[in-house]
Amino acid sequence: MKNYKSIREVHDAYNSGETDPLKLTRDFFSNIHASSHNAFITLCETRALKQAEVLTQDLLGKYAKRVPREALPLFGIPLGIKDVLTIDGVRTTAGSKMLDHYIAPYTATAVQKLEDAGSITLGKMNMDEFAMGSSNENSAFGNVVHPTHSDRVPGGSSGGSAAAVAANLCMAALGTDTGGSIRLPASFCGVVGMKPTYGRISRYGQIAFASSLDQIGPMTRSVEDAALLSQVMSGKDTYDSSCSTEAVQDWSRVVFDTAKNPNAKGLRIGVPKEYFIDGINAEVKTAVLGAIEKLKVAGAEVIPISLPHTRYAVSTYYVIALCEASSNLSRFDGVRFGTRPKDAMESKSLDEFYKKVRANFGAEVKRRIILGTFALSSGYYDAYYKKAGQVRRLMRGDFEKAFQKVDVIVSPVSPTTAFKVGEKSKNPLQMYLTDIFTIPASLAGLPSMSVPVGRDQEGLSIGLHLIAPRFQESMLFKAATLAERLAT
Amino acid sequence: MIDASTEFETVIGLEVHVQLATDSKIFSTARARLETGKSVADEIPNANTTPVCSGHPGSLPALNEKAVLYAIKAGLATGCTINRASFFARKHYFYPDSPKGYQISQYELPICERGELQIEYGNDGELTKRVGITRIHMEEDAGKSVHFSGYSLVNLNRAGVPLIEVVSEPDMRSPEEAGAYLRKLYGIVTALGICDGNLQEGNFRCDANVSIRPKGSPQFGTRTEIKNVNSFRFVEKAIEFEASRQRMSLLAGEKIIQETRLYDSDKNQTFSMRSKEEAQDYRYFPDPDLPPLIIEEGVIEALKKSLPELPDQKRDRLMQTFGLTRFQAGLMVATSSLSKFFEESVKLGGDDTAKTIANLLSAGTEIEGSIFTPAHFSDLAKLIGDKTISVSAAKQVLSILSAKGGVVAKIVEREGLKQVSDLSALEPIIDQILASNPKQLEEYRSGKDKLLGFFVGQAMKATQGKANPALLQELVMKKLKG
Repeated sequence: MKNYKSIREVHDAYNSGETDPLKLTRDFFSNIHASSHNAFITLCETRALKQAEVLTQDLLGKYAKRVPREALPLFGIPLGIKDVLTIDGVRTTAGSKMLDHYIAPYTATAVQKLEDAGSITLGKMNMDEFAMGSSNENSAFGNVVHPTHSDRVPGGSSGGSAAAVAANLCMAALGTDTGGSIRLPASFCGVVGMKPTYGRISRYGQIAFASSLDQIGPMTRSVEDAALLSQVMSGKDTYDSSCSTEAVQDWSRVVFDTAKNPNAKGLRIGVPKEYFIDGINAEVKTAVLGAIEKLKVAGAEVIPISLPHTRYAVSTYYVIALCEASSNLSRFDGVRFGTRPKDAMESKSLDEFYKKVRANFGAEVKRRIILGTFALSSGYYDAYYKKAGQVRRLMRGDFEKAFQKVDVIVSPVSPTTAFKVGEKSKNPLQMYLTDIFTIPASLAGLPSMSVPVGRDQEGLSIGLHLIAPRFQESMLFKAATLAERLAT
Repeated sequence: MIDASTEFETVIGLEVHVQLATDSKIFSTARARLETGKSVADEIPNANTTPVCSGHPGSLPALNEKAVLYAIKAGLATGCTINRASFFARKHYFYPDSPKGYQISQYELPICERGELQIEYGNDGELTKRVGITRIHMEEDAGKSVHFSGYSLVNLNRAGVPLIEVVSEPDMRSPEEAGAYLRKLYGIVTALGICDGNLQEGNFRCDANVSIRPKGSPQFGTRTEIKNVNSFRFVEKAIEFEASRQRMSLLAGEKIIQETRLYDSDKNQTFSMRSKEEAQDYRYFPDPDLPPLIIEEGVIEALKKSLPELPDQKRDRLMQTFGLTRFQAGLMVATSSLSKFFEESVKLGGDDTAKTIANLLSAGTEIEGSIFTPAHFSDLAKLIGDKTISVSAAKQVLSILSAKGGVVAKIVEREGLKQVSDLSALEPIIDQILASNPKQLEEYRSGKDKLLGFFVGQAMKATQGKANPALLQELVMKKLKG
């Protein structure tokens, strides 16, 4: 089948009669069945084909072979949904054995908005268990295989989503990002990955890892598609108190206008000195500096900046994320939720029952629950969670100060390209440092994005990381569009 | 040194869970309350839930604004400071009826703080005391576990029903004071309309912290907590038992263990549930799903103005308007249903029936759940007022009404309860009695005035108690003088 570059191309193909939603959906399923990426945990084939059939009838019938782009901006677009988002009647595992048999009774707001805009859900994407991981080696359903280099990890935790978009198994996918879980796999697999401002997109229906950091976002083939999906999903939701009422702009228009006139004049780009440290892979550094240089040539002003609290980011992040995770995962106790092992019902006490059920968690999830539980224990709250919250505010302050001088901040997404399978899985600390550049924007709740800007000698993708001020997605999309155009 | 002669003092602090009478739950759209006043727990098990109250993965709490307004009302009516910013926190514990593994509550900064209640107690409510309120915080109720032999079932219908917890200072010194505090608080939350006040359904549940110390000692003794008692009388009895149990322990040279105890009302005993060492580490932290609760000054001001007449204000008004005693007025405002009943009765009967109605209502007549209507009481008060029946006859009517129902006038008629005020009927009876007691008559006439009572009593007996007492006495005196 054809490898469409964007949603716009698919709609053009629908309009020309080259294909239709049903044909395209069938094509994707034949690709999926032929693939060996293990990108999906659950396929929604019957459901998807039914959706596609209705849309195809509508296209040929009431829409007279013209895609109703205004009313249904995602008309007939086959998507993959990270398996941490609920869909009514569909198995939702969060990559965990714990939820192997869990059928959600309601649909996540973000997914509902996409389907209301005409999208088709092909299936639920593989991921690190409960979104905890940077390599997708923590899934109870097996590793996701990198789309081009099978000895490499696709990045995590939204590894299935990234690999599927790159391998043409879906047009676009949803990921979730807590400390880099969209941006890192996007960078490793060579797709666009965007994490909107915290609170832009409702988290209702997103199985929580760390509630104050979690954010849903698109993983796409182009910046243009990322803008379109974000726009559809954003906006207030009465079911999520942390979801913002901030007005949503026409980001597709921003991308369109920027692409038409790719001029970087007036754009002030901040380059934080703390993000170009020793230990960063030389090829990554060269590619990122090259992308910055191209923006400069296109008229952007490049300004060196400092984010002095960056060195505390990883430790601060892990305290906050793990504390919240230990709490969020309490509900998987085998009473209402959580698979009961066969012998659980023979338990002599409630404690024994909980022990048997909670043995279902994978090693990394257990490690994080234990660390988080410890940090929240009586007498430790002030030293850990509270202190981390204070450092988090300082880091927010760093960004606010920097954004007085610049419009966007750029950096590498990760110090390296996709690393080898097994390379870091025995060393959690090394693994945690993979997210060193993506974590600060997560802590500050800022919109940020990974855009492919090059490849290393082995052909592994390198992403440029862009960060904008809170609710300034327009600025982010503008800069990302420029970076994308200049890279090709 | 503690010995048998040591005089102890009981120190009591109370934590009351008040169920807020909102239509939906505190964080979800599921119902919190039924029209019938029955608990949602009694619906088909687990039918009254949404993904939010059953804690489905991915679900999020969305705060019910009405519950917030109700909590503020409670704070305003108890003189609390309303915190313009407060926080929700997660309280973690594993238990089958806690679907999320934590309860959403308030911890570090609750919505209301530092209030007080003025309580009255003693036989006539002549003793008063100020009891401090430490804080009022909002939280969600848990579900219910139902235990069978070999297995337990969980019902989440009640999970997420909004509660406020009202925490007092350890200011009370006797079970009587604790009872007075509870009745006062109960009167306020029901008058505010923020609580249905159904004790059987657990709308108003109390935990009592009890310790004792030698009188005059500046330090508090080790306290125990008696959990979940839902009747005022039982709270008083549980505290009484617990204080004497602690006294016996100390006299026996034992130490009081800080622990949670349960009260068994059948045995009138408390027994240990769990000790502090086994106590949970709740790992409180601010709930990241709920932003800080910010309350605008305007909201507080508007609520202040909208507060209904509170029991104390109403009591003062009843005293002024109808001349009720403080004690009587206090009784009339003890619950909002009683005070409403009283005022409706007075409206029907007229202001001058108020005292009589209050008398009838304070005579231990149970209104709640009875067939009595305000008209029953206004009718009776009018009949007493125009001397058609006596107070004791009125009480007889009430007991007939409560057993069989009926119409006041007809019962009076049928049972022959009318007072005899007819001179022509009374005169022959008195003449007859004077004639049959010549000795007493002579003694009276020679100065033994005390015998008046004897003659009146005899005459009353002869009329089977139906004679109008005032009229009868007047007539007897006239006849005795000859």
